[in-house]
Amino acid sequence: MDHFPTNWGRPRNDAFDAYGTYPIHQRAPVKDTFAEGVQHTQQPIVTGTSVLAIQYKDGIMMAADNLASYGSLARFKDVRRLHAVGTSTVIGASGDMSDFQAIQSILDDLVTDEFTHGDGHDLGPAEVHEYLSRVMYARRSKINPLWNSLLVGGFRDGKRFLGYVDLLGTTYSAPSIATGYGAYIAIPLLRAAVDGKQDQLTEENAKKILHECMRVLFYRDARSLDKYQIATVSAAGVTISDQIQIETAWGFAEGIRGYGAQTQ
Amino acid sequence: MTSIGTGYDLSASTYSPDGRIFQVEYANKAVENSGTAIGLRVKDGVVLAVEKVVHSKLLVPESNRRIQTIDKHVGLASAGYLADGRNLSNRARDEASGFRENYRSPPTLQYIVDRLGLYVQAYTLYSSVRPFGCSTILGAVDKNGPALYVIEPSGVAYGYRGAAVGKGRQLAKTELEKLKFDELSMREAVMEAARIIYLVHDDAKEKDFELEMSWVGTETNGVHLPVPKDLFDEASRKAKAALEDFE
Repeated sequence: MDHFPTNWGRPRNDAFDAYGTYPIHQRAPVKDTFAEGVQHTQQPIVTGTSVLAIQYKDGIMMAADNLASYGSLARFKDVRRLHAVGTSTVIGASGDMSDFQAIQSILDDLVTDEFTHGDGHDLGPAEVHEYLSRVMYARRSKINPLWNSLLVGGFRDGKRFLGYVDLLGTTYSAPSIATGYGAYIAIPLLRAAVDGKQDQLTEENAKKILHECMRVLFYRDARSLDKYQIATVSAAGVTISDQIQIETAWGFAEGIRGYGAQTQ
Repeated sequence: MTSIGTGYDLSASTYSPDGRIFQVEYANKAVENSGTAIGLRVKDGVVLAVEKVVHSKLLVPESNRRIQTIDKHVGLASAGYLADGRNLSNRARDEASGFRENYRSPPTLQYIVDRLGLYVQAYTLYSSVRPFGCSTILGAVDKNGPALYVIEPSGVAYGYRGAAVGKGRQLAKTELEKLKFDELSMREAVMEAARIIYLVHDDAKEKDFELEMSWVGTETNGVHLPVPKDLFDEASRKAKAALEDFE
């Protein structure tokens, strides 16, 4: 019996058990007040696009443009996505740039820590790659990944190293690797030019190949920039170049019909 | 010491009637028994040198180092109990990496020394702990240029152009006072440091010692490193030659 006259003659809300009769009295569901305050990364925000890397005669070479995008907006045009770790390793990152900065400081702290031991040992590219893969896998296992695809390259004790790690902790090594869009567009070009010929490839030619791939990527990847840097690691150590400008010609676009707001 | 046995030296948390803390003074005695450590702050860097007394021929050469690295640009040389020195250097490393974590930049030596001074001083306050039995020389090149400090068992820390602690400090200080720190290069400072350590070493008491030297400055690109072998050998050779002239 409903004792509230205002409810009489109106449709009853069957979803609401006014007397708490069925099946037994339920408390209000427990709610975590801070559930929305503690959030894990669901998606990258400020992102970098492809990183390319190849092995060549004297070591490895890596290239990444200087853009950090905010969605489709070209937000920051002077971002350095290549970072030297210690004296014989370089890492390059695509994906979330703030996560990449966190990775940079994790690795810099690690290198400093190793240095202060003063035992004459330091980290080479293989160690950095392994360490990074453990960090990335541990974070994905907490369902809170560092949202990046990273390339780790270096030269140490006369040996080249080039490896890949991503937000899942997946790793692999190859003579030529690319992340992001570059994995679709640059990889066929790089494999044709590099794989199997690493020992013959000169520094000059390696640079030329990467430059060509960066140009192709700038033409086809809408989140890329025509300014990039190249990192070279050889017996001489790590050098990261100044900004390199890609020359492009867009004259052909005049003849294209069917995309934009042409009248004809 | 006339005050020994009066009961005021049983705890670091008790003053004597004339306002002294004997436990801290005893800690200084521990330092005075140790091999000499010196530091030179010159125009473009800092050089640290230690006379490490080798108490047994069975020891592996270059073991039990008394010069340690705190951060890329910071070195620490200790005199006194080596184990206390190691605890202090671990603390210094934590302070340095903590600063990097918070401010994303390399710490100044002033900051590390301030924090370490507080830490050392805390061990002069309680009856449950003993003060550090070591004096510590810290050297670095930071954004303010070369810096050199000494932290004593009481927790006080002073900045110096040239510093000396340990057994031979008196003689080392008179030698240091003769130097023109503004005009020395780092290489010259290494020569002087080696010379002073060889000079203050007392052959009559301990036969064997090992020289330990490190530097940080323009020569090392701002990184704290052991003095390279060729320069080290040259400095030791000249030091020995100078010693013979002296005698």
